[in-house]
Amino acid sequence: MNILDEISQFLQQGRAKNVKELVQKAIEEGMDAKTILEEGLLAGMSIIGEKFKNNEVYVPDVLIAARAMNSGSELLKPLLISSGVTAKGKVVLGTVKGDLHDIGKNLVRMMMEGKGLEVIDLGIDVSADKFINTAIETKADIVACSALLTTTMGEMKNVVEAAKKAGIRENITIMVGGAPVSENFCKDIEADIYTQDAASAADEAVKVCINK
Amino acid sequence: MIIIGEKLNSTLKSVRPAMENYDAAFVQELAKKQYEAGANYIDLNAGMFYKDEPERLEWLVKTVQEAVDIPLSIDSPSPKALEKALRANTNSKPIINSITDEKERYNPILPLVTEFKTGVIALCMDDEGMPETVEDRFKIGARLIEKLTKAGVQPEDIYIDPMVRPIGTGSHYGIVAIETIRKVKTEYPEVHIACGLSNISFGIPVRKLMNQTFLVSAMTAGMDGAILDPLDKKLMSFLYATEALLGYDDFCMNYMTKFREGSLEV
Repeated sequence: MNILDEISQFLQQGRAKNVKELVQKAIEEGMDAKTILEEGLLAGMSIIGEKFKNNEVYVPDVLIAARAMNSGSELLKPLLISSGVTAKGKVVLGTVKGDLHDIGKNLVRMMMEGKGLEVIDLGIDVSADKFINTAIETKADIVACSALLTTTMGEMKNVVEAAKKAGIRENITIMVGGAPVSENFCKDIEADIYTQDAASAADEAVKVCINK
Repeated sequence: MIIIGEKLNSTLKSVRPAMENYDAAFVQELAKKQYEAGANYIDLNAGMFYKDEPERLEWLVKTVQEAVDIPLSIDSPSPKALEKALRANTNSKPIINSITDEKERYNPILPLVTEFKTGVIALCMDDEGMPETVEDRFKIGARLIEKLTKAGVQPEDIYIDPMVRPIGTGSHYGIVAIETIRKVKTEYPEVHIACGLSNISFGIPVRKLMNQTFLVSAMTAGMDGAILDPLDKKLMSFLYATEALLGYDDFCMNYMTKFREGSLEV
């Protein structure tokens, strides 16, 4: 097995220490950072994402794989920056104002990072203005909003309105998700994309960024 | 154990269509079944209907109380929906599910608790968010108990929800919930617990196994109330066995009755 496959395997097993060691080894052997990232780390995370979507692996499997990925990507980050490799796209992510639930949102972040997207995670209880201002400052492609409460999902409409008000509605894709959110709700509030799970959210986000 | 039947919840995919179509027969049947299976309260949640939650919740109250005379647990964070549902309620003393120590939630919901003389489920969270440690959760729980009793609510009408978070997302979440229950029941023995049981198993396989095991552990720590599925025969069997083991069932008579009714399952 070559070292990239090994990295992918260990990542899928959530073995952070092994992933870190092998990424270090690959760097020392002169392999370029982009290859290690894409064919090692992201390849492994992509398999986890697919399996998660099909209920073949579960939340703890995803969390431990994501930890393993981070242990490797930390080593790669400075190299990627210095060699000018950029992410496939940029996503501003958060749980909407009034809502403190972060599990779904964190899964989305892991899946998106696992697809090679740069995710700016604003955390929980994020106001509509903060979503949009951050998107403007960072020139993001996507704003992705999560809500678990029926009482806070309405906040997503405010994000759409804030984007209109700021004059960036045409330039930004607004994604919505969370237990109470539906396709119909997405249409009602004039957001762009609804997905029902974290892995699909990452797939759709990649499509958006590629087509830009 | 105080059992709050969780089935009439609009976020459940199996129930939502019936609520959407105002299927009274379906709703009443599910209420009756939970009552017969041993529920002490029936929880009613219409939160998925974000456009007309108050009217939907009111309809649920009216529909259920036509069929069963059992107190209701009115489940909404919205004061407007709660008030409409409480005005429609004619069954005995309901519970409001729920209040927190967040200003925007506490201030408008407290008057409903006192005006309608309801029980109230109080979540251990405040404007700082969801606390991670036993100490922080207890602190919020204790603060809520002090504030509510000062406002005239009887301690036995307060149900503390220790905030169960999924064990699959943090290895400490099981023990944190269990120890919060123990501390609340030690310091405030008259106050009840109302634990959202199935949150513990979100995102992991064989959820029922985790729910059953958590039920036993939490009851051992003093949990005397939970929001659960009373139609889950195995879960209820564990509940009866645990009650007997903890000394709440003289001569195991309730356990024996359940056995003779054919409702014990392993």
